[in-house]
Amino acid sequence: MIFFPLVMAAIAAAVPSNRLRPWLLPVTAVVHFATTVFVLIRPDLMVTAKWLILDPPGRIVLLVVSTLFLFCSFYTVGYLQYRMERSNRVFCACLLGFLGIMSIVVWSHHLGLMWVAIEATTLCTAPLIYFNRTQHSIEATWKYLMVGSVGIALALLGTFFLAYASLQAGLESTLVFEDVLQDAALLSKPWLHAAFILLLVGYGTKMGLAPMHTWKPEVYGEVPGVVGAIFAGGVTSCAFLAIMRIYQICLAAGEYAYISRMLLFMGLFSMAVAGLFMVSQRDFKRMLAYSSIEHMGILVLGLGIGGPALFGTMLHIVTNGMTKGVLFLSAGNIHRAYGSKSTEIVCGAMRRLPLSGSLFLAGFLAITGSPPFGPFISEFAILNGAFSDGRFVTAGLFLLLLLVVFIGMGATVLKVVQGRAPKQVQNTPYRDGLLTAAPVVIFMGIVLLLGLYIPAPLSGMLNDAVRFLEGRP
Amino acid sequence: MTNLLNTILVTILVMNLFALGTSRILAVTRVVAAQGVLLGFIPLLVHKSLVMPVLLMAAAAISIKAILIPSIIVRALRDAQIKHEVKPLIGFLPSIILGAIATAFALLFAGQLPLAGNHYDTLLVPTAIATVLVGFIQLVTRYKAISQVIGYLILENGIFIFSMLLVEAMPLIVEMGVMLDLFVGIFVTCIIINHINQAFSSMDTRELVSLKE
Repeated sequence: MIFFPLVMAAIAAAVPSNRLRPWLLPVTAVVHFATTVFVLIRPDLMVTAKWLILDPPGRIVLLVVSTLFLFCSFYTVGYLQYRMERSNRVFCACLLGFLGIMSIVVWSHHLGLMWVAIEATTLCTAPLIYFNRTQHSIEATWKYLMVGSVGIALALLGTFFLAYASLQAGLESTLVFEDVLQDAALLSKPWLHAAFILLLVGYGTKMGLAPMHTWKPEVYGEVPGVVGAIFAGGVTSCAFLAIMRIYQICLAAGEYAYISRMLLFMGLFSMAVAGLFMVSQRDFKRMLAYSSIEHMGILVLGLGIGGPALFGTMLHIVTNGMTKGVLFLSAGNIHRAYGSKSTEIVCGAMRRLPLSGSLFLAGFLAITGSPPFGPFISEFAILNGAFSDGRFVTAGLFLLLLLVVFIGMGATVLKVVQGRAPKQVQNTPYRDGLLTAAPVVIFMGIVLLLGLYIPAPLSGMLNDAVRFLEGRP
Repeated sequence: MTNLLNTILVTILVMNLFALGTSRILAVTRVVAAQGVLLGFIPLLVHKSLVMPVLLMAAAAISIKAILIPSIIVRALRDAQIKHEVKPLIGFLPSIILGAIATAFALLFAGQLPLAGNHYDTLLVPTAIATVLVGFIQLVTRYKAISQVIGYLILENGIFIFSMLLVEAMPLIVEMGVMLDLFVGIFVTCIIINHINQAFSSMDTRELVSLKE
């Protein structure tokens, strides 16, 4: 599962044909997805090593990443057909390598190994951002590399602090997740606190939590839509998984009160920053970046509320990932048809691209938490958790910020889809094709399904993850 | 043993300040390379017995931090034909003073920290913290892309020093993974720098401002 995509990446780097090479993506994705489903259905058949274990939260993230990649890979084939003038060798190889490395992140139960893998995803994705080779994309890549590397370096320091916390307490220093978790109560408190802050800042940078979000609008604004979808649904989920690990250790150490305050603050702050910048945003791809920051805020907030909100948080990983697929891919189509991402030029997408335009609108409704879509259920569950936990101020702010985001995002989205398309874009060659539209429709279908009915196996997995996080086997 | 170790660590601290205070990027690169060599010796001194993993780690640290990465940076410098960091955000003298304050702070702060028994005699923890802080100063106060990369490298060196305290927790393979990530990271960054240089005909990150609100 880990090696297959990496091997395919090497093959992709070797295949000479620009036309055939993208087809390696769906092949790998289908195999990866099939393996994922198989592993999820028959967990007893899994081969586990001491460092590589698939635990319940890992299962959810793996499912999201694998599903997202599966449909995105078909989209990529369609997308790259429009970009035949440019060699896609590096693009395909990096995308495949990235899938393999994300699988390592999900499986790894050694915090050092996990760090190595997350840093590797940063490096693997840098060439993806640079695909368009414009001055803007260089700038975005540079900011991504610098902010991301420094953030992730802090996470490494935090990882070391965590190991030192056990050394200082007179235990054998270890970074194997199970061992740390077992001795969590004995860890040296000051070092644990320092480790938590550094890890939250470090992996929070990768997730795009405010105020470490500065790379996000730049990167999401410049990347091809499909890379944006994989970033917003995949990379961020992996980084969130890393934060869940340290959360669980702190929880077992009895430090809930300490970390909860910080998570709540980060969550609400991210939502507020996203809301502020989303109002009067003229670039619809940057708007999606702020939307992603907002949803990372929601995830962290859910973790901070804890207990009753955890189920919603786990579900939100899934719904957010799928909805981001809809939004980024349809936004990519609109961008392609208009050749611009400013709302001054892009309007009337509903007429110009009936399918992508309406999917973009539906995706917007879904991501802002309107029924009957998936995110509504998960956001409602988090809100419900906040109320039942007696956190009325938090819940109130949460609702208020959701409203601000809805208004801010709505203004931009409506400008894009409504009205009449300007004359000059009527004749651009792009039309919705099977490969670029069908994956978006499928994502939308999943989002709608999750809003109406959560399949029993999935809700079982979600409940397992909640129990696992709370330390109840 | 401890004396020798502390001598090395103090040398590293002095090198930090030198890196902050000089404008010639080539000289800074050499200093950082020399720092890499010293870092390679630390595992040999920290560990009581010279077993294979320790030797491997020392060899990897020296070859990557002291030879490979500096040579990539020197090549990038040559391609871009730049020699000096012009006008950093904070002047060279003030940044030395800032670095000295950070070092003093780290020494004082580490004295307050609850450390494990035998770590009080060595300067490992304060040096690690000071080096991370100096790396940060270098990273935020310089405008040339390549100087920022060097700042990042100094920051990583600080983290490496801290990892010397944790022998059991970081198995060789993970340590190697960290090194590899660092190497590839710098490699990719230098490629991007080269492209920045071609696209903007300068390596000044102040040119990278077209994406903003």
